[in-house]
Amino acid sequence: MTREHLRFMLPILSLSILLVGVFYLQPRAMSYFGLNLLFNLAIPVALATIAQMMIIMVNDIDLSIGTFVSFCACVTATLVQDTPLLGYTVLALAIVGYAAIGAVIHIRGLPAIVVTLGMSFVWAGLAVLLLPSPGGSPPPWLRTLMTMKPPLVPFAIIAACVIAAVTHLFIKRSSFGVLLRGVGGNERALERSGWSIVWLKAAAYGLAGLFGVLAGMALVGLTTSADANIALRYTLLSIAGVILGGGEFTGGRVSPIGAVIGALTLTLAASFLSFLRLSSDWQIGAQGAILILVLAVRLLVSRREGAA
Amino acid sequence: MSRHTMLMGAVATFALCAAAPGFADTSGKRIALSNNYAGNSWRQAMLESWDKVAGAAVSDGVVAAADAFTTSENQATEQAAQIQNMILQGYDAIVINAASPTAVNGAVKEACDAGITVVSFDGIVTEPCAWRIAVDFKLMGREQVKFLAAKYPEGGNLLEIRGLAGVFVDDEISAGIHDEVSRSNFKIVGSVHGDWAQDVAQKAVAGILPSLPEITGVVTQGGDGYGTAQAIAATDRPMPTIVMGNRQDELAWWAEQKAANGYETTSLSIAPGVSTLAFWVAQQILDGKEVPHDLTVPFLTIEQDGLEAALETTPMGSVSNVEYNLDDALAVIDPAG
Repeated sequence: MTREHLRFMLPILSLSILLVGVFYLQPRAMSYFGLNLLFNLAIPVALATIAQMMIIMVNDIDLSIGTFVSFCACVTATLVQDTPLLGYTVLALAIVGYAAIGAVIHIRGLPAIVVTLGMSFVWAGLAVLLLPSPGGSPPPWLRTLMTMKPPLVPFAIIAACVIAAVTHLFIKRSSFGVLLRGVGGNERALERSGWSIVWLKAAAYGLAGLFGVLAGMALVGLTTSADANIALRYTLLSIAGVILGGGEFTGGRVSPIGAVIGALTLTLAASFLSFLRLSSDWQIGAQGAILILVLAVRLLVSRREGAA
Repeated sequence: MSRHTMLMGAVATFALCAAAPGFADTSGKRIALSNNYAGNSWRQAMLESWDKVAGAAVSDGVVAAADAFTTSENQATEQAAQIQNMILQGYDAIVINAASPTAVNGAVKEACDAGITVVSFDGIVTEPCAWRIAVDFKLMGREQVKFLAAKYPEGGNLLEIRGLAGVFVDDEISAGIHDEVSRSNFKIVGSVHGDWAQDVAQKAVAGILPSLPEITGVVTQGGDGYGTAQAIAATDRPMPTIVMGNRQDELAWWAEQKAANGYETTSLSIAPGVSTLAFWVAQQILDGKEVPHDLTVPFLTIEQDGLEAALETTPMGSVSNVEYNLDDALAVIDPAG
C-alpha cells in the first residue's frame, strides 16, 4: 500500500471504529432512523469543512467560517424567507465578498489568520443586526429537502456522499482543481507559467464562501430557525475535520472525501461520548483525545512509510 | 393522523390510571434532562435539585430513569445533537433548558415526531409541540412595584437597577417595572445597569447617587441588591427600601439590618429547583394528564417573617432554592388549565 492509500484509509478506519462503538453502545442507532439522527447535523459541518478545506488548500486558514455560516443562516431564515430576491442577492454578495477578501489578502500580502479573525467580528455583527433575537424560519423547499426521507438510504448519508463526490471530482480531477491545489503547492511556479495567483486565490475564497452559504442554508433547514451564534463552533470543527481527513496545513495537500469523513467522525465522536455517559466536564477533553489519537496514528504511519 | 391516535392513546391511558391509584403507568418510563450550561451557581443548584428530586423518584419507582446531560459547550448545535442522541437512547420524555428559544426546534420536532414528550423550562423552546414552563419576567417587575406601593401608598422616588443591556430578560423586567410605576404614585428618578452582579451594581449606584434626590425605594433584578446597599451605606443618605433577589449575600445583609433597626423589604427570584417542577410536569404528561402547553413558573418570594429560615437553608454564595414535589406541580398545572 502506498502512503497516499494509507492517508486515505485512516479517516475511513477511524470513522468505522467509532461507528462500531456507537452501534455497540446503542443498537437502536443501527437503523434508517438512527443513522439519519446520528448524521443529519453533520451535513452543515461537512459543508463548512469543505469551505475550510478550500482555504487550507491555498495555505491559508479561515477563522471566520463559524460566524460566516451563522450569518448565512440568519440571512436564510429572514431575508430569503421574506423577500427571496433580496435574500439570494445578499448570499451571492457574501460569496463575492469572500472572494474579494481572498484577493485583498494576496495583493497586500496580509496574514489570512488576522484578516479572517477580523472578518469574523464583521460577520457576527451583521448576523446580530439582521436577527437581534433568535427566530426566523426556513424557506419551505429547504425544510422539505433537509427532512427528505428517500427509500433505503437516509438523506444524511446520501448528502454526505454527494458532497464528497462532487468536491472530489472538482478538486482532484478537474484542471481548475489542479491549479487551485497548485497555489498551495508551488505558487511561484504557477505564477511563472503565466497564471494569475490573485484570481486563483479569489476563486478559492469564493468557493469557500459558496460552501459556507450552503452550510448555513443546510443548518437552517435542519434547525428550522436561526440564531446569530448558531454555528460558532464550526470554525474549529472545520479545521479539525480537514486535518482529521488527511489534509495538511501547507502544500495544497487536501482530500475532499477525507474532509467529509473527518466532519462525520467529529460529529460521531460527540455522540459516542454522550452514549458512554461521560460527564460533560470531560467530554471536550475526550473529544480532543480522540483527535490527538487519530493524528498520532497518522504520524506513525507516515513515518514508517518514510523509513521504508 | 398519528397525533390523533396518540391523543386517543393518551385519553385511554388517562381513563385507566384515573381508576388505579399511584403512578403505576410511568414506572417504566425514562426521562432525560438536556441542559446547555452549568457554569454558574444558579445552574449548579438547578442540577443538584434535579439529582435529588428525580433521583428519589427513580428509587421510589415513579419513573425508571431520570438522567441529566449537560452539553460540553453552550452551543445550540451541540444541544440539538444531544437531543437527537436522546431520541436514539429511547427516552420517553426530554426536559430541556435550551441554549436558544428557536435553534433546537428542529431536534425538538424530531423528538415529538418520535412520540417523545418534550418539556422546556427557563430557557424555553418555541416549537409548538413542546411544553413550556416560562418565567413571567414582566410580572417579576410588577410585583416589586406593587410591594413598594403597598408600603408607601403616598409614593416617592425610585432608583432602578437594570440587568445586562441587550438581554431580553432585562427588557422584560424593566418593562414590567415601568408599566406598574405609571399606574402608581412613584417616579423613577434614575436608572443604571448593574449587570446582575454586586460589584458592577455598587460602582454604578455610587456613580449616580450624587445626582439623585432622596430615594424611597430601589427596584432591582436580582444579584444587585447587596452592591446597591453597600453604595448607599457609604453615603449619609437614609437607607431606602431595596428589593432583593434571593442571593445569599443579599439575604444576609437584610437579616443584619433587620436585627439592627427593623429594616423591612421583600425578596423575589426564580428558584433553580424549577427543574424539578419540569420533571413532575413531564411525569404527569407521561401519566396521561392533560397539561396546557404553556405554564408559568411561580416566583420564590421571601418575606419579612420567612427571612431567617430562608437564610439558614441558602448556602454561602448561592441562591435560595425550593424543590417541587408532585403536589406543588399539580398546583401549578391546574390553575393554568
